[in-house]
Amino acid sequence: MRSLIDIQQLSVEEIDELIALANDIIAHPDDYREKCRYKKLATLFFEPSTRTRLSFEAAMYELGGQVLGFSEAQSSSAAKGESVSDTVRVVSGYADIIAMRHPKEGAPLVASMAATVPVINAGDGGHLHPTQTLTDLLTISREKGRLNDLTIGVCGDLKFGRTVHSLIAAMARYKGMRFALISPEELKLPSYIKKEILQQKHIDYVQTTDLASVMGELDILYMTRVQRERFFNEEDYLRLKDSYILTPEKLQTAKADLSILHPLPRVNEISTAVDADPRACYFKQALYGKYIRMALILKLLEVA
Amino acid sequence: MHIDSIRNGIVLDHIKAGKSMEIYRFLGLDSLDCSVAIIKNAPSHKQGRKDIIKIDSAIEPDLDILGFIDPEITVNIIRDGELVEKKHLTLPRQIRDVLKCKNPRCITSVEQELPHIFNLTDPRRAVYRCAYCETKAE
Repeated sequence: MRSLIDIQQLSVEEIDELIALANDIIAHPDDYREKCRYKKLATLFFEPSTRTRLSFEAAMYELGGQVLGFSEAQSSSAAKGESVSDTVRVVSGYADIIAMRHPKEGAPLVASMAATVPVINAGDGGHLHPTQTLTDLLTISREKGRLNDLTIGVCGDLKFGRTVHSLIAAMARYKGMRFALISPEELKLPSYIKKEILQQKHIDYVQTTDLASVMGELDILYMTRVQRERFFNEEDYLRLKDSYILTPEKLQTAKADLSILHPLPRVNEISTAVDADPRACYFKQALYGKYIRMALILKLLEVA
Repeated sequence: MHIDSIRNGIVLDHIKAGKSMEIYRFLGLDSLDCSVAIIKNAPSHKQGRKDIIKIDSAIEPDLDILGFIDPEITVNIIRDGELVEKKHLTLPRQIRDVLKCKNPRCITSVEQELPHIFNLTDPRRAVYRCAYCETKAE
């Protein structure tokens, strides 16, 4: 029985297999409608995340399975002080697979050590969110037809933005990658990621505060939100939240086949005027999130 | 200074000068009822000064903890007054319940009964990270 806690647990081949399976589900959805019949997914969401939870639930329903769970800690036994380990030991008897979101970093790992069914990390605080990264990889693969030889610009909160950290770690395993790290000084990519991933793998990158200076080189522009909950200090949040806003004007120098991604929800970092641009892929990306989760559930339940 | 030789026990040699008390505490040597000698600032050809701990009992020290504190330490096993084995230490791949994670967002900050596990992520720089949240050990 395997769990997915960190995207780095998956080899490049396993990621390729998941992407291939997701593509097959998209092409032949009817073939998968009964695959998880009589199986149950428990969504244990100790902090609210409507999008991720709905995407897991939709994925399970589309596979013919059923869903049970809770969407915030107040409605769970955690409010009474139960440990993560005890909760998942109990839930292991009620469900065939667990998707867990928790505000504390490492909680899904603890869950996977105690559970007798597979556990999927659906986000642990500001730490990991492997199914978002799988979603990003499926989107890039579908939009570009490849996961190598790409210039990826990541823009916004690169300091606390976990989706960016894990996207960089995942994409760094493919050949011919270049990164443009675009952020205000205060939200720069942590130096350990530059040292332990980019420099160690001799990956070409530029770091800039000016989106316009790199726009023309990008194949992918990955925008992120400056998240209030990652700051201890409200003043810092208010000062930095509007640092980078993508508008149609800023896209004038971009490549015609640029793909704009965003893990969503957006606040105002992408102007709604960009939505009509064919290069805007973020709503498609959210849809692909459902398909990659379907592929993952199938793999972990070994019914693929 | 003269310290009696031991007959059956261990000698922890080449301890970085000043580190012996830390090792004494980590290995729980205060709970032993045998003779334990701590020699501080002994002259050393290699290090200039070093600490030595002699334990007059055939205990088996936790080599992972020792290796984590100082991989340069050598562990000499003494039987019947003779040196029978000299162990050289390496940085352990994982340490349990030696350090506590300082990250307030880590699950170990709220679930006190979890084992505190750190993994060696960069052997060259001796970097350990929390197994749960990957925060670097201080």
